[in-house]
Amino acid sequence: MDFTRRDALIVGTGAAVAAMLPLRAFASATEDAIAAFTGGADVADSGVTLTAPEIAENGNTVPISVSAPGAESIIILASGNPNPEVVGFNFGPLAGSQEASTRIRLAGTQDVYAVAKMSDGSFAMTKASVKVTIGGCGG
Amino acid sequence: MAEGVKPRVKVPRKAAAGDVITIKTLISHKMESGQRKDKDGNVIPRSIIHTFTCKFNGELVMSANLHGAISTNPYFQFEAKVPEAGDFTFEWLDDDGSVYTDQKSIAIG
Amino acid sequence: MIISNLQRVAAIASVATLGLGATAASAQDMPELVINDEIAITTHAPAPAYLENLDEVISGWVFRSTETQALQMDDFDNPGMIFVDKAIDAWDKVEGTAGKSCAACHTGGPEEFAGLRATLPKWNEEKQALYTMEDYINECRTERMGAEAWKWSGADMTAMNALISLQSRGMTINVATDGPVADLWEQGKEIYYTRVGQLDLSCANCHEDNYGTMIRADRLSQGQVNGFPTYRLKNAKLNSIQGRFKGCMKNVRATPYKEGSEEFHALQLYVASRGNGLTVESPSVRN
Repeated sequence: MDFTRRDALIVGTGAAVAAMLPLRAFASATEDAIAAFTGGADVADSGVTLTAPEIAENGNTVPISVSAPGAESIIILASGNPNPEVVGFNFGPLAGSQEASTRIRLAGTQDVYAVAKMSDGSFAMTKASVKVTIGGCGG
Repeated sequence: MAEGVKPRVKVPRKAAAGDVITIKTLISHKMESGQRKDKDGNVIPRSIIHTFTCKFNGELVMSANLHGAISTNPYFQFEAKVPEAGDFTFEWLDDDGSVYTDQKSIAIG
Repeated sequence: MIISNLQRVAAIASVATLGLGATAASAQDMPELVINDEIAITTHAPAPAYLENLDEVISGWVFRSTETQALQMDDFDNPGMIFVDKAIDAWDKVEGTAGKSCAACHTGGPEEFAGLRATLPKWNEEKQALYTMEDYINECRTERMGAEAWKWSGADMTAMNALISLQSRGMTINVATDGPVADLWEQGKEIYYTRVGQLDLSCANCHEDNYGTMIRADRLSQGQVNGFPTYRLKNAKLNSIQGRFKGCMKNVRATPYKEGSEEFHALQLYVASRGNGLTVESPSVRN
């Protein structure tokens, strides 16, 4: 069976309706995930760059890049997905940079967060808004 | 899912000692998210690659923990330092216990 | 710093936008499709004379977002290529009662078929039929290998189709429309312009009259098939031409013809000929 964007949307909507507090439910899941990663530490708002399309042609495959010089790990969270966790990168001694690109699924228009843990133990965060379009026939 | 999974890795064949190179990886995998239902309304169980690791001569370059929101046929692009000639190893761990691996050698020159 | 194709395209696009000012886009401002920095793809070409309503034929790549376009500019970024890799393995696999693989007969490798994709579909004199890539592959499997025919749009078939088509990438589409195929071509044209389904739409209503405009949040293309099999972000797999026709017909709430049917063969011939002058892009990437 093919995983279509429409499936992703339907699943997303279903979960939202079930929770009856869609935005709050999703937002708190994202907040919880951030808190779990940072341990509640202060989070700077600079030091991490997230590149994502302003408008994604298909929510099934959205290319993103993240960069945080000096980070030992970076997590990506999608606040509008049923589960906010997307991916976590860990950079080793032979990493050429603290940058990585991948392709992700977004269940709808939403904010995507990148949170970096720096090697000195501090944290930084940024977010990008991605509009996920409803296609005609192509989407 | 262990059947028909095919990794692809792109690493330059040569580099100067100390160079930073770009690596790209792609692997064919459904990445069943665990969020979908089949036609009878039953949840299709999650079946994804959950971990990716790249090492050079045994030392970590980058690892990633994947969740259900990584697209079908997972793709990564990242950079590695090449201190000497040697081998890059790539490993993908599947929820079903399968391990997919690939290896690329790089020469100095 | 990683300079991905995505960022490169974005950079080109922003430069192009700056250069644009208030004037309309000229050809120079359009992004160019060069694959792996070496294979130049013709994305705009003068329309063949038999296309009364079009001056120019345009690759579907042009209508996609910069992010989607970038996926086709490097074979490593192109997810369709993993299926080509799978087909390279399948090429050597012995199957069927004759104990043969593709490689057993085609000792020159898939490269033997350089140029084939640019001419398909075409008349098969021996079989007295119009042949698509799928027909050629299944004929080999059933008549020479003694193996089972592959499903028209199955994963094995689209992958092998992509591997063979890839050998013609960058070559100019040159589908014959006359001679023994003339009647089928007329039939295909008839289907192209016939309104069908509850939405009462013909192929032409969207892909000739309205390409470039939005259908909801999606930009309509000319419906060119020069990039098939095409990897779609929508379903994350390679898609066949006739499979796509089927999808289109469902979208207009019509009962689709069957894959492999005479109607779809005729339509494929006509639609392929509408791309004469463009180049083979297989496997392309679309949304």
